Amino acid sequence: MPTASPWGAVALTLQLAGLSTLILLLLGTPLAWWLARTRSWLKGPVGALVALPIVLPPTVLGFYLLVTMGPHGALGQLTQALGLGLLPFTFAGLVVGSVIYSLPFVVQPLQNSFEAIGEQSLEAAATLRASPWDSFVNVVLPLARPGYLTACVMGFAHTVGEFGVVLMIGGNIPDKTRVVSIQIYDHVEAMEYAQAHGLAAGMVLFSFVVLLLLYTLNPTGRRQRRGAKVRQ
Amino acid sequence: MSAGSGLQARLQLDRADFRLDVALDLPGGQVSALFGVSGSGKTSCLRAIAGLERGARGTVSINGEVWQDDARQLFVPVHQRALGYVFQDAQLFAHLNVADNLAFGMQRVPPAQRRVSLDQAVALLGIAHLMQRKPDTLSGGERQRVCIARALASSPRILLMDEPLAALDAARKAEILPYLEQLHRELAMTVLYVSHAPDEVARLADHLVLLDLGKVLASGPTAELLTRLDLPLAHGDAAAAVLEATIVGHDAQYHLSVARFAGGELCIARQSLAMGQALRIRVQARDVSLSLQHPSGTSILNILPVRVLALSSDSPGQVMVQLGAGGCTLLARITEKSAQGLALAPGLAVFAQIKGVAILG
Repeated sequence: MPTASPWGAVALTLQLAGLSTLILLLLGTPLAWWLARTRSWLKGPVGALVALPIVLPPTVLGFYLLVTMGPHGALGQLTQALGLGLLPFTFAGLVVGSVIYSLPFVVQPLQNSFEAIGEQSLEAAATLRASPWDSFVNVVLPLARPGYLTACVMGFAHTVGEFGVVLMIGGNIPDKTRVVSIQIYDHVEAMEYAQAHGLAAGMVLFSFVVLLLLYTLNPTGRRQRRGAKVRQ
Repeated sequence: MSAGSGLQARLQLDRADFRLDVALDLPGGQVSALFGVSGSGKTSCLRAIAGLERGARGTVSINGEVWQDDARQLFVPVHQRALGYVFQDAQLFAHLNVADNLAFGMQRVPPAQRRVSLDQAVALLGIAHLMQRKPDTLSGGERQRVCIARALASSPRILLMDEPLAALDAARKAEILPYLEQLHRELAMTVLYVSHAPDEVARLADHLVLLDLGKVLASGPTAELLTRLDLPLAHGDAAAAVLEATIVGHDAQYHLSVARFAGGELCIARQSLAMGQALRIRVQARDVSLSLQHPSGTSILNILPVRVLALSSDSPGQVMVQLGAGGCTLLARITEKSAQGLALAPGLAVFAQIKGVAILG
């Protein structure tokens, strides 16, 4: 097997993680807001569904995604009907898989920080003439900043570390679906330990820096949240 | 700001343990107090007026502007109501410093509708030195002052205050009360103040609404309600009358001032107030004793001719006597034995000896 340049895989991984994180923030914000505010009985089931990727083996997730996005799956038929073709073994398919795989790592920190803000801050904002949208942008979002930081870092890092789901639905197409974790696997299979080391060490360093960043930036966040709780 | 016609509200709200059912008609430009024990529905009532209780049915209008009218399916959302709300536990925004917290409401009011300037609100609450501080570095009293200023700076038609002093200790309360009085004097704003503390009510409120189990027990001028023997306020050790008086003289030699009210003149400890300045005086029922003749050879300075209006038994062995003095009403709490010994009956002219008065500012 010809060895591709490692930078293609790195670039692809960063692209995938970046795009997935962006989509996750957009989807996760309303979902986490709903979970934090609702009194509906659906809160439990939806919360459990969101958390599933934490406990499921990625291969299970990947398997069902492959089936659903395949020619006979519901999603596959939809994408075909829309003229988009099939998602498995494409970059778009990887993005869909990553979004589902990393969903709890974005939704849960956001939900926690939304819950910590409490109803009374919103009521106070309303009595100061702020519309619900105005309150969300100017009170909720700034107060939830620590939650957003955690969500971004966790969502991005978790997507970078993804292997099982990618293997199931993405295959191993250079510059299209071959991400770093797959590339490392390939190198090891091909006994190219030097190249595997290069990428693996890079991953270790990356993960360490990311977590260090999170832990050094977040104590302030935790203190703010505790302060907010005391005042409620 | 003109006084306007005040607040009219008819509200019903079902709670787990009681039903709020109130009709309020509060004077504009004055401080009204919603008074009652915990669980009487004071806070629910205040929240319903603000529009924070979605389950509340009825009508709310302020100075003729309708905020809620279920018959017409009209409900103005909270953020479109020109109200200020001070929560029991100061709800400052933790991510903003004091200056930005203060500006939050004001910025959202169109300039043409701003009647209270930021500087005015800051000066009134004495918080100019706190502007750059974050809320978590403020004391409880400071936080509450910032909250009140923030509400004022949004130029409300009515300021709703939910026990703003309840979470504070006595020292912090004493720190804030003068600011509240000042606010009352300088802005002539319509204020609805929720409290379960009789001394706060006596000090601040012009108009009083007594709430019990979600119903209005009585509503009227504070001085009148405090001394009505059929109401719980006029009973017990804390019962007191409130008199509106003006300073008419000073006595430098004895460090005394003379305050005149409708029923006569009272000597009080020397005040730094100018002649003609208004003040509110509280006379506690337990500090008033009665005598059939004008007493002589007594150390008590304040002796007023009064007429017995009514008597009501208080605690065992104690009688509360309602006294009329030139249109004002005083209370005297005396023993049943004395009441019988003096043969007190409505219409009897007696002399009230007042042992002490409290100046409420």
